Amino acid sequence: MSMTTILQHCLTGISLGGAYALIAIGYTLVYGILRLINFAHGDIFMMAGYFMIFALASFPWPIAIIITLTVTTLMGIGIERAAYKPLRSAPRMSIMISAIGVSYLLQNLSTYLFTAIPRGYPEIPFLKQIFQIGTISASFVTLLTPVLTIILVIILMLLVNNTKTGMAMRAVSKDFETAQLMGININRVISATFAIGSLLAGVGSILYFTDRMSVTPFSGTLPGLKCFVAAVFGGIGNIPGAVIGGFFIGIVETLLVALGYSTYSDAFTFLLLIVMLLVRPTGLFGEKTVEKV
Amino acid sequence: MKKLTVCLLVLVLLTSSIFATGTTEQKSDVKEVVIGVFEPQTGENGGGGYQEVLGMRYANLMYPTVQINGETYKVRLVEADNKSDKTEAVTAAQSLISSGASVVLGSYGSGVSIAAGDIFLDNQVPAIGASCTNPQVTLGNDYYFRVCFLDPFQGTVMANYAWQEGAKNAAVITQLGDDYSSGLGNFFSRAFTKLGGQVVSEQQFQTNTTDFKSILTNIKAANPDVIFAPSSIATAPLIIKQARELGLTAKIMAGDTWENSSIIENAGSSAEGVALSTFFDDSDPATAEAAKFITGFKKYLVENKQPDIIPAVSALGYDAYLTALQAIEKANSTKGSAIRDALVSVDVEGVTGRIVFNENGDANKDMAFIKTVENGQFKFLKTVSVAN
Repeated sequence: MSMTTILQHCLTGISLGGAYALIAIGYTLVYGILRLINFAHGDIFMMAGYFMIFALASFPWPIAIIITLTVTTLMGIGIERAAYKPLRSAPRMSIMISAIGVSYLLQNLSTYLFTAIPRGYPEIPFLKQIFQIGTISASFVTLLTPVLTIILVIILMLLVNNTKTGMAMRAVSKDFETAQLMGININRVISATFAIGSLLAGVGSILYFTDRMSVTPFSGTLPGLKCFVAAVFGGIGNIPGAVIGGFFIGIVETLLVALGYSTYSDAFTFLLLIVMLLVRPTGLFGEKTVEKV
Repeated sequence: MKKLTVCLLVLVLLTSSIFATGTTEQKSDVKEVVIGVFEPQTGENGGGGYQEVLGMRYANLMYPTVQINGETYKVRLVEADNKSDKTEAVTAAQSLISSGASVVLGSYGSGVSIAAGDIFLDNQVPAIGASCTNPQVTLGNDYYFRVCFLDPFQGTVMANYAWQEGAKNAAVITQLGDDYSSGLGNFFSRAFTKLGGQVVSEQQFQTNTTDFKSILTNIKAANPDVIFAPSSIATAPLIIKQARELGLTAKIMAGDTWENSSIIENAGSSAEGVALSTFFDDSDPATAEAAKFITGFKKYLVENKQPDIIPAVSALGYDAYLTALQAIEKANSTKGSAIRDALVSVDVEGVTGRIVFNENGDANKDMAFIKTVENGQFKFLKTVSVAN
């Protein structure tokens, strides 16, 4: 394998990893606050793809991106309000089942509305520009994805560590009930969490689909599951962990395919989940939780 | 408030059940024969399957009745969605059997047809495949027939075409676990090496893959003259676009599935020059039935909010229906085994040519149409016939 080929593979892997990282953050944030694995997250990502298709059909791209991100964020908040909030005091399992329900609802709703025929993702001209660096060629979005991911993560970390909302989020994730007693409006904090998670899924969706060009009602399922594994791998609840997990899975998956083991590329991701849960259930950077009595 | 909602819900459920029973009771003393439609309408092949179903529905519209023993029977289509999934296929096939289908049409996708083949055989209900091209569908199954050509033929046609175009090195991309894709890829490789060419790279991908950059990078390193990538409609634009993005200039070719306007729509200008083989060409009607079909079906497509380009699979779906109808008439019965015996000797003037089955239950077809994409449209290049 020549140097060019190896570099090209690395670029593809890092770019895929960046998109995964953005989605994985959504899982980790929600888990950190609510102890809920939001199975509908992958489908929010898919819906964002459809929103972009429709927005770009009638607006220029900067407005379309704003519309897509806004609608996706509102949908994330709406889902939380409708499907999770009424179950706040119910056993955790009920919310989880509700999340699975939402996931299927979104998939089938979009099959009904948009049919199962893949829809072409519109091109945003400047993102699709093709760059030639030596013998490596890649579109701008491939280069942009990892960079944008890192920038967004830094902003998010600053937000969590330095703002009032961020402090409230940390407090709620430490102890739900005490935070409430301390006068934190937990409903607002939870809404904010879903808003951030969905917003990042929206950004991830634009980057991911611009590079892959078609959306079906099921395009969110597999990336969603893989990003869930990425979040678990990095230590669910931990933001940098999710990012590293996302990049790791993206790169390893690409390399496996590159080496001719495409049969095992998906299997690897889920094998990683099993091994991680057996060996180190708290993930790479997850903190050991002390069972509160 | 809650009680009110519950009451309303109960009311809605009750009324809907009344309506539901109301419609089933309408079926009076008109005699009817049931033809099952075994097609994917969702999942990976949902798009292509739907087009095939449209062909069948249109045929049912044109020929809604059949004569059995001098009596007029109404033909009722019962559709079951096999969801492009081998497990679901078995369930869908069973549901068709239990809804009393005398004969079954379908499926788009060879894998699901093979998976359900035994169910049709065990229940003695003949099945007529429209566009499933893998040899395994009919081989060793007395109850499976098909109206299209086979993959060994199609693979040879494309290999010959590539060779004539001056290609010496080929790369093949196939989908893991998909009988159509891996079968056709295999037949192409075999025919191409036989002609003296060399297959320099063989790559595989998993179902639902959207990122082909890594396998395409490997192919780029092998520098082939032509890439043969038989795959689903959903996959096609991704492969085409990503190949061009990576700077691959080799000619891209595939089989019958790629003749679908959504590929051009999604791949845009990258699709220019893509070549494929297919069953049917609407600019060159082969029979009188075809001429009639082309004008009528275009209107039907528009009514169903589809682009007015006739997909080859719709034509095959139409032919499968005509074949079933003739067999029922010939058998003079709605019994599956009788229809099966009649199918052996049918001779149908279909839209895609004459349909006569050989001892395997495959239509004797030895002509393929090669098309290429030019200026955003499929353009007919030539017909190729290869002696099997």
